[in-house]
Amino acid sequence: MLESRALTVLIADDTDSDRLILEAIVKKEGHQVISVDNGIKAVAAYQEHHPDLVLLDALMPVMDGFEAARQIKVLAGEDLVPVIFLTSLADTDSLVKCLEAGGDDFLSKPYSRVILKAKIKAFSRMREMHQMVQLQRDQIAQHNSHLMREQEVAKQIFDKIAHTGSMNAPNVRYSLSPLAIFNGDVIVAAVRPSGSMMVLLGDFTGHGLPAAIGSMPLSSIFYGMVGKGYSMVDILREINQKLKQILPVGVFCCATIVDMNFSKRKIKIWNGGLPDCYIHRLDSGAVDTVRSTHLPLGVLNDANFKDDCEQVEMNPGDRLYLWSDGIIESRNKHGEMFGEERLKQLFENNAQADTVFERILDAVHEYSDGQRDDDLSLIELTMADPGQLPDTRQEYTTSRYGGLQEWSMTLELKTSTLKLFDPLPLLLNILVEVPGLRSHSGTLYTLLAELYSNALEHGVLRLPSSWKTTSEGFERYYQERQKRMDALSAGFIRFDMEHQTQGAGGVLTIRVTDSGDGFEHVKNINNGHRLEAYSGRGIALIRSLSHSLRYLGNGNQVEVTFVWDADD
Amino acid sequence: MSIKSHLSEVEQKLTISISGRFDFSAHQEFRNAYESLPVAPSQFVVDLDGANYLDSSALGMLLLLRDHAGGNSADIEIVNCSPDVKKILTISNFEQLFTIR
Repeated sequence: MLESRALTVLIADDTDSDRLILEAIVKKEGHQVISVDNGIKAVAAYQEHHPDLVLLDALMPVMDGFEAARQIKVLAGEDLVPVIFLTSLADTDSLVKCLEAGGDDFLSKPYSRVILKAKIKAFSRMREMHQMVQLQRDQIAQHNSHLMREQEVAKQIFDKIAHTGSMNAPNVRYSLSPLAIFNGDVIVAAVRPSGSMMVLLGDFTGHGLPAAIGSMPLSSIFYGMVGKGYSMVDILREINQKLKQILPVGVFCCATIVDMNFSKRKIKIWNGGLPDCYIHRLDSGAVDTVRSTHLPLGVLNDANFKDDCEQVEMNPGDRLYLWSDGIIESRNKHGEMFGEERLKQLFENNAQADTVFERILDAVHEYSDGQRDDDLSLIELTMADPGQLPDTRQEYTTSRYGGLQEWSMTLELKTSTLKLFDPLPLLLNILVEVPGLRSHSGTLYTLLAELYSNALEHGVLRLPSSWKTTSEGFERYYQERQKRMDALSAGFIRFDMEHQTQGAGGVLTIRVTDSGDGFEHVKNINNGHRLEAYSGRGIALIRSLSHSLRYLGNGNQVEVTFVWDADD
Repeated sequence: MSIKSHLSEVEQKLTISISGRFDFSAHQEFRNAYESLPVAPSQFVVDLDGANYLDSSALGMLLLLRDHAGGNSADIEIVNCSPDVKKILTISNFEQLFTIR
């Protein structure tokens, strides 16, 4: 118990009888006593013994209690050492002097044992409380400096991940707080192998570590996939899916992602939850806005995620501005927000397009009186001619460029394999190793599946599609398919696939050859089929989904080309 | 692939739900879902919510169902198509034959 804890009490009194009485009282309460008879000795004893409580006679020879109290308080520093004056003085001035000298209380002679006991207890409690506050303060200070060190280290790691890209390209200007990752803002930029530049500004909900953590996978997915030439939609989907998977419910990332195509002078932009982006036109000075039309990243699962983007033309010198809500929401000392109107005026009042960036930062800084600068994230991207930008792609093409580019392959499935093996997943897996083809996997699968079933059913198994004109025939067709498949003793299907790059995209050629007799394709090729016919739909599907389809040889060989463009 | 069907007694509406791949292997099951009924339903719903893929033979099967349900007077809705599935239905102009939602 607090009350029962033994204290060390320093008593300084030049009157022997008073001192002895005090000693007796204090000792009886179970405390240790150090006794001296003047101020100098009291100060020395304080230094030596660090007592918990000091009882000082006001008037003593050599050094009086007032001076001793002053010196003891100085020596104690920030520790609380209660000093109680013992005095027979009763006038107000003297008592005030006691307190002014640093005394915490006084005790009038003759001593009341009960009051002294109560005061010792009270000051002991106070001292105890003071020590606890000190201890907690020191712990907090220690934790804080620890946290700051951790943040610095985390920031160094983050910088290495996040700033490996094109943040320093001449057409990019940005402002991000020095410790931005701990307010949850992230900016990443990189140039794709096709030469277009992708930039993402993200703002995670919340602050501190939970907000910062999501920016790590976001950056590494972004840089990994941009460098390999994946489409913006693929990258968006991948980041969304990853964030949805790892972030707790309620934490998500408002983001804008832009693909800036310098040769076509247009941008593709997706805004999920960030304020309107501005496009400042160089010639007219007009401002176009790009609204947020999507939910933030990390909210919806992949099936419900919407990846439709807006395409906007930009002429060289036109500037695109992205920002987090910190700009619009920054407040002045009356608590009013900066707001969109003030932001818009900065564009209207200024013909000098190249100073808008600074003007925004200055205006917000001035408005908020420098209060909330670390919440401001701002990017300015200028449309440029391709020749004006240094080619930063080289580092990707040599060291990072992953995925298949130009290649060809042949896969021939022989009888035993045909009976048991579905080659479609295997073939599709190879095709999507070409980064640009990944977003077309649904279409490619349909192409492969229709080509394969035609080759198998009409070629290898020689099933006539004319059977499928009635419901019963349809039935018979698939019963017969199973029967002939089980009985199959000879036959093959060969896939020859080739991929060539072309501009920012490529051309995929799939040729399927089967062991069947073929058919008179020249005669049949332009025979349209009725909409309600049960058969003949596969070829029509292939035709619609591919760039071209033609039959070769005696019709047992079909060649389909699929052309894709990364910019579409 | 799995096919479930449910006939609502009040409206005589048959709902056929398909999940997984909707291709020729579904043929028998799909047919059973509408052929072996005591009463002929007046309305059909094909729910493709769980179907992630549909090939040209599935298109043929949908047409067989349409014939069975009365051809041009058939009342068939195809619902909950994924974008890939919807693309194939659209390319084949199936919205002229079915109500696709």
